[in-house]
Amino acid sequence: MKKGVRSQESGVRIAERFRGEISVGVAIVGLLIVLAFLAPGFFTRENLSDLVLANMPVLIVALGMTLVILTGHIDISVGTMFAICCVAAGEFAKLGLPAWGAGLAACFIGATLGAINGTLVAYVRIPSIVVTLAAMVAFRDALRWITQGAWVQDLPSNFQWLGTTQAASNTITFGIAVALAIGIGWGLRNLPAGRSVYATGSNANAARLVGIDSALVTFSVFAITGALTGCAALLNSIRFNQIPSNAGLGMEMKVITAVVVGGTAITGGRGSIQGTLLGVILLGIISPALTFLGFSAYWERAIQGLIILCAVGFDAVRSRWGRAGDFVERTA
Amino acid sequence: MRMNLVLEAGSISKAFDGVKALRLVSFELRAGEVHAVIGENGAGKSTLIKIITGAVTPDAGTIIVRGEQVPHMDPRMSKALGIAAIYQQPSLFPDLTVAENIALALETGGAWRTLNWKARSRLAAELLERAGSSIDPERLVATLSMPEQQLVEIAKAIGADARIVIMDEPTASLTEREVASLFQVIARLRSEGVGVIYISHRLEEIAAVADRVTVLRDGESIATKRMDEVDRAELIRMMVGRELGSIFPKREIVPGEIALELRHVSNRVVHHVSMSVRKGEILGIAGLVGSGRTELAETIFGLTPADSGEILVRGESVAIPSPAEAIRRGIGYVPEDRQRHGAILEMSIAANTSLASLKKVAHHGLIDRTEERDLAEGFVRQLRIKTPSVDMETGSLSGGNQQKVALARWLAIRPSILILDEPTQGVDVGSKAEIHSLMADLAERGLAIVMISSELPELLGMSDRIAVMYGGTIRGTLDRKDATQQKLLAMALGHGA
Repeated sequence: MKKGVRSQESGVRIAERFRGEISVGVAIVGLLIVLAFLAPGFFTRENLSDLVLANMPVLIVALGMTLVILTGHIDISVGTMFAICCVAAGEFAKLGLPAWGAGLAACFIGATLGAINGTLVAYVRIPSIVVTLAAMVAFRDALRWITQGAWVQDLPSNFQWLGTTQAASNTITFGIAVALAIGIGWGLRNLPAGRSVYATGSNANAARLVGIDSALVTFSVFAITGALTGCAALLNSIRFNQIPSNAGLGMEMKVITAVVVGGTAITGGRGSIQGTLLGVILLGIISPALTFLGFSAYWERAIQGLIILCAVGFDAVRSRWGRAGDFVERTA
Repeated sequence: MRMNLVLEAGSISKAFDGVKALRLVSFELRAGEVHAVIGENGAGKSTLIKIITGAVTPDAGTIIVRGEQVPHMDPRMSKALGIAAIYQQPSLFPDLTVAENIALALETGGAWRTLNWKARSRLAAELLERAGSSIDPERLVATLSMPEQQLVEIAKAIGADARIVIMDEPTASLTEREVASLFQVIARLRSEGVGVIYISHRLEEIAAVADRVTVLRDGESIATKRMDEVDRAELIRMMVGRELGSIFPKREIVPGEIALELRHVSNRVVHHVSMSVRKGEILGIAGLVGSGRTELAETIFGLTPADSGEILVRGESVAIPSPAEAIRRGIGYVPEDRQRHGAILEMSIAANTSLASLKKVAHHGLIDRTEERDLAEGFVRQLRIKTPSVDMETGSLSGGNQQKVALARWLAIRPSILILDEPTQGVDVGSKAEIHSLMADLAERGLAIVMISSELPELLGMSDRIAVMYGGTIRGTLDRKDATQQKLLAMALGHGA
């Protein structure tokens, strides 16, 4: 009987339920088809592998950003936190910590920075755009002052590729990112904590009444985003033999674009990790695709901007027109 | 007599997507009369109003304003013809002053004209005085109470020299006393020859204020009667098309042991509140807006925890520092402003229903979706929520059904104590009866119910005892058999004990 009820939820309804995701999926497939005809070189093994690895840090940060945006907030300081965590990971490695130790330290520092953001947003109640704008500028300049713009060099040999082979390290990076995506996506759907993220973002007053500590939820998503940014910083740093002190410039833009393109409502309460995953894939393909198709790299940011506008515009149109008779089950 | 008509709507029909909203409805309004329009939700009242104000174009029918036929009514034309509408939620700019709000509605001219602030302020003060109010024109609208905002709307209507004033549920958020002063303003408008169309669910008010009444049902005009020709029972019969068994299905239930008791509870919003409610008992809470009724509910529910005094749940002295703790103790709270505090519109019905009882549908910290759906489906049946599936987004339901989803959430925690704040505010007669009979069912099953209400007949009809609040404390408690409207009102105004 139960199974019968489930299977009624077939075809049309599932299509409705993943409508946002499907349109991004179609865009990705379309782009890949164009590439297949015009630039088959895009599909070489090395290129694809590079592409995937280069985007794992973006994906990991985007997971956190999805949580932040779901609660109705935004964090534009992730690029700055990323730079700090990259430099910190390198410096800890040079102090003799093994790569995993340096990674934990980076996560801890990221979580601390995120907790500062979270405290100011959740408990002091300053708008998140203001808090994270201040953090973005202040911490970036603090880092520049401390490092004097110098890159972290002479990294110990057990840091790059996590002290293993490049192939093994790539597998580990990919594995961690996928595990985090699955874990967070699963938790959002199946844990009461996940529900409380949606509830807080949809209607903080109602959430408070059902016993959800909205301030704690808000604080936590910022802290988690910080920790994830630390993790992303480590997985990015181990791919190179030196660490630029200006890492992560413009990362917030890319991450927010991916999340919003993936169908998460900028006003909170609506969205999913699978959408974010597709958003990251689309964003990740576009810039190399432009190169392969012979466009100037200068167009990349312009096209990113265009995509974000289309995505948000689509969302606005959908919420205005799609209210009545909207069969979408977004949150559960 | 014809001379006297300010508005004639003849044989108006309107369909939305093939669904008839109005069918051959005729309506006339005389100068200096208050003409009530009543009907259940969906009867076509709003559509009729929208056609008169030009927000909706009718499919067929004529509109004649003061003898002139209006071929194409639109909002601008309607305003120019002296038609003004005052809605339940005033549509003012909160960050502008009263004078600016009035001026924006009245002044004409381009965006670059120069302003005479003094004249604006003087005009505003004069119009407010004519509306029977002494609000300072320089106050920000955001600082005004709901009735004060309505007075500003009325001042706007007077300033526009409105000959036809439409009031749509103007008293929904007013207390009895504020209603009385609104009625004075209406009487003044009537004496100046203004025609007033008055829409309300509250039949007592209509009896008090209206000269004539038109009853709509399912998009058709059932009757137009002089108010002194009809009684309440007949109006209800015409509205619902059937006799309601009993308006207040109060059942005799022998109350059990004390479920909730407060002893001298104080905090910054309530003072020395002592009360108790037994299993199977409905305790009514009366009082004017601002008397501390909602604040008392919020204190019991842990939103504004008690600073001193004692709260006992089933005889056990407890601290309730947060809503989470209140829920754990079996207390449910359905708040007043369901738009802000109620159902979460982006979530599915299932997710909304389980939100306060996730622990019950979760095993080892994991939400069991099948169990969650079963829970929600049970309430969809019990509360007759109209939806094809519990996976529907709650925002896609009608307002009344959204309220039921909000209620389902609290019934899902299987509360032993349920606090209802204005449970039937803005609800039509049919749904109201449904909610009242549900309350009686719940009480019969042994729930202790605390019902806050501004509506005296509801309090008198449903409660076993009624506690009256004034100035943040309980002024006194009346037994069902001793309570009368006069006594309650006197106590709510701070007299007697």
